[in-house]
Amino acid sequence: MTDALTVAGLVFAAALLQASLFSSLDVLGGTPDLLLLCLLGVALLRGSVTGAVAGFGGGLLLDVLTLDTLGVTALLLALTGYWAGRYGETTGRERAHAPVVAVVVATILVLLFGFVLHFVIGEEVSARRAIAEAMVAGVGLNLLLGAPVFALCRALLRRDVRDARTAEVQLLG
Amino acid sequence: MLGLLVVLALALVTVSFREAEDGPLHRVQGAAASALEPLQVAVERVARPFRDAYGWTTGLFDARSEAERLRAENEQLRLQVIQNESALQQNVDLRRLLDYVEGPTFPRDHGYIATTVISRPATAFEQEIVLPVGTADGVELYAPVVTAEGLVGQVTRVTEEQSRVTLLTDESSAVSAVDVVTQAEGIVEPGVPGETLVMNRVSKKAVVNVGDEVMTSGWRSGNLESLYPRGIPIGRVTSVGRLNTDLYQQVQIESDVDFSSLDSVLVLVSKPGSGR
Repeated sequence: MTDALTVAGLVFAAALLQASLFSSLDVLGGTPDLLLLCLLGVALLRGSVTGAVAGFGGGLLLDVLTLDTLGVTALLLALTGYWAGRYGETTGRERAHAPVVAVVVATILVLLFGFVLHFVIGEEVSARRAIAEAMVAGVGLNLLLGAPVFALCRALLRRDVRDARTAEVQLLG
Repeated sequence: MLGLLVVLALALVTVSFREAEDGPLHRVQGAAASALEPLQVAVERVARPFRDAYGWTTGLFDARSEAERLRAENEQLRLQVIQNESALQQNVDLRRLLDYVEGPTFPRDHGYIATTVISRPATAFEQEIVLPVGTADGVELYAPVVTAEGLVGQVTRVTEEQSRVTLLTDESSAVSAVDVVTQAEGIVEPGVPGETLVMNRVSKKAVVNVGDEVMTSGWRSGNLESLYPRGIPIGRVTSVGRLNTDLYQQVQIESDVDFSSLDSVLVLVSKPGSGR
């Protein structure tokens, strides 16, 4: 229960900061995506189901905060959270480079799939701006911001697991 | 679980996309956004000093060249002010003689609501911002939004307490515009890359010079009229291309508005009796 609340709080704070603060940091045509990074951190540590639910919730919150079409970001981030979780559970398990791979792949996939999704629902988007410009800068910025965000996720989420184990030992003792 | 979430998300997209602006889902979204507004405002207030510091630091890199450019521009503008004052007086006299009736112009026929920006484009796909003012404050759908530097965009969605503004750099934006000096008309649309704007549909016969100011043209035809009043600055012409194969001239415009770091904006509201 505490773990779920921690994840919810983390995603909520990330969505709020993304909408109000990080989205205004325009560096070389790209912006860092704090919500995506938090989601990847949660999904890699807690698995695909938690990743998908956290992605859906975070995306929906972002859609509400930006008064955008409801469900678009939720769909994107639910799929991303699920993929990152599965990657963490299988190929990327116990691998040091897993977070880096996850950040690069997820940033590119979110931009590509997002472009397709916006195109399908009839919202005009510049492919050059959304993909070519935002992708290179976005990947770089997310890689830079990824290390501290993953460290924060690890500290918040691993601590809960350790506490739970400690409590279990105390109970048995 | 993933399948359920995907179906739920697709259902939300479909309903949100198809229902009217005052539909139940939009009302729920508006209410939720209003409930979260205090948090957004709080984050905005805490973050503003840091964002200002970031802007100040990045501004240092081109401060010297910018100062020189502004000094030269200032000298040119002083001369222009003298000429303009003379022309203005002449204009007033001639209008009085002709009993000239004109459409609403900016800023004479408009009031404004000054407000802060609480949310910016969350992804590269959206060129929209969210403001903490809505119908309760007098904001109307399609109201123009400006800053001291010029046109920012227009309100494309409004709830009781919030409004969404689609920026001029959004792919769906288009504004009828006119060259202040030569009166050449065209339509300003987002260009590529970044924040460059393009003035399309400018006839090859029209004269457009680099450095000319461009403003909204504010046309009126019968009962129809432009959403933007005449006279809102849009930007300055940076290049003019005339290809033999093109039907129109290619005019690039640079806006003075920094669309990536909008902090405060003015939402225009019509004054009673202004003709809108």
